[in-house]
Amino acid sequence: MGQHVLLIEDEPNIAEAIRFVLARDGWQVSVLADGALAVAEVSRLRPDLVILDLMLPGKSGLEIVAQLRAAPGTQSLPVMMLTAKGLARDRDAALAAGVSVFITKPFANADIVAQARAMVGL
Amino acid sequence: MPGTALTGSRIREQRSQQGLRQADLAVQAGISASYLNLIEHNRRRVAGDVLARLAQALGLAVDVLEAGAQGALVEDLRSAAAAADSDVELDRLEEFAGRYPGWAGLVAAQYRRGAVLERSVEALNDRMTHDPHLSATLHEVLSALSSVRATAGILAETEDLEAGQRARFQGNLQQDAERLAVSAGALVAYLDGSERPDEGTTAPQEELEAWLAVWGWHLGDVEAGNPTALEAEILGLPSPGARVLARAWVGQAVRDAKALPLAAFRAALVEFGPDPALLAQRFEVGMLVVFRRLAMLPGFRFGLVVCDGSGTVTYRKPIDGFMVPRFGAACPLWPIYTALSRPMSAVSALVEMAGRVPQRFGVRAFCQVTQAGEFGGMELREAAMLIWPEAGGDATALAVGSTCRVCARGGCAARREPSILAEGV
Repeated sequence: MGQHVLLIEDEPNIAEAIRFVLARDGWQVSVLADGALAVAEVSRLRPDLVILDLMLPGKSGLEIVAQLRAAPGTQSLPVMMLTAKGLARDRDAALAAGVSVFITKPFANADIVAQARAMVGL
Repeated sequence: MPGTALTGSRIREQRSQQGLRQADLAVQAGISASYLNLIEHNRRRVAGDVLARLAQALGLAVDVLEAGAQGALVEDLRSAAAAADSDVELDRLEEFAGRYPGWAGLVAAQYRRGAVLERSVEALNDRMTHDPHLSATLHEVLSALSSVRATAGILAETEDLEAGQRARFQGNLQQDAERLAVSAGALVAYLDGSERPDEGTTAPQEELEAWLAVWGWHLGDVEAGNPTALEAEILGLPSPGARVLARAWVGQAVRDAKALPLAAFRAALVEFGPDPALLAQRFEVGMLVVFRRLAMLPGFRFGLVVCDGSGTVTYRKPIDGFMVPRFGAACPLWPIYTALSRPMSAVSALVEMAGRVPQRFGVRAFCQVTQAGEFGGMELREAAMLIWPEAGGDATALAVGSTCRVCARGGCAARREPSILAEGV
């Protein structure tokens, strides 16, 4: 069984594509579309990596990251943020909230895989 | 200042010939008597909208009052010098314009061009920063593009893709391509309508304002007791949202006209002047009715800004030199926000709007509270601010701006965010 990634993305076709490329790379992929359930799912699934969108229904990506960083068990959990908002201030806000890696849409599949591997030390 | 002096003197001469008092002409032109006094005594420049209103009130063409081409050129050069805050020989302006009219004309034209470009930059920046529609449309385009790129990458790079998976990803690609086409088309249509940032309309509120501007901000059919005649015009508005707002506005205008009939209101204006409190008492109506009536009366071209309890501008009637942002929050120092925090209190102020050439305005603001539903139910606040050009003599003016992002005032305690103009950072 490979490393476990929780993908939180409300665009179904993007989620399906990312799930496919990561699964082919040997990852166990769980997918969630609702930001409101994210923190609870992280606690339940205890993934090695979280990939999430900035703009999510229910709860924003920044709020989720802030909650993860405030909880003892997930303070150092690697988090990759995907977003269509690529302005410097959005990137700064994401990094300030505790995001480990920030990737701007549209992204290359190979970049997602390479970054995910690097984040968990593969 | 030969140009200014000549214009002011001509206004005074024409007024005297027609037997008008300064106060009467000032009321008709929508400016204060003290401001007209300064103009007539050649102590304030008069041009543009104010000059046009004075000419209209006197029943004359603007060029009868204007100082002529030479005077206008000197005035433009003076404005250019003031805007640049540079140490030029102001006492030799006329000599410069007379000896080198070509160069002088070029300097003036560059100044005017600069002013136009600055307004465009402000408007475009305002739109790019705060326009929720543009932001949402761009986000939709990028999301669709991301999906297309990721799915196309899988189809192109995965040689051993199973037939079922290939069909599924091809379906996704088709779906996202259509989505991308629709959202890109919406973006192009939006930007096509934004080529002229001073005139383009995007939001329903802007459509309503453009529609009212076409009518000169005065609905004659409402005054004539025939508001239903406007329905055909309303149906011609581009968006359903604008049609809803227009119907609501017409309904309010009908109620306002009933409360303050035009003839009686004009007569009261002659008796009391444009004092909202005195007029409200005379007709036993709320203050905001008077504000709206004053702003919409022909010949009384006051600017008007209305906001709701959140401070969001819900309506605006523009006035030259007082820039109201299209999107996002306005300057927190505007007296309308003082009024919003002190319901039912009259707020008057002299303000100076930041800009290349700071301009002064008199303002009156008032906040009205209404109760919706049952006793103790929802409390709704609405505030309005009347705006007119006001020199104010030596009085200290409250320094305000349009919105922080395009306001260059340095050291402002109320600043929310840095300005794109370096001085404000």
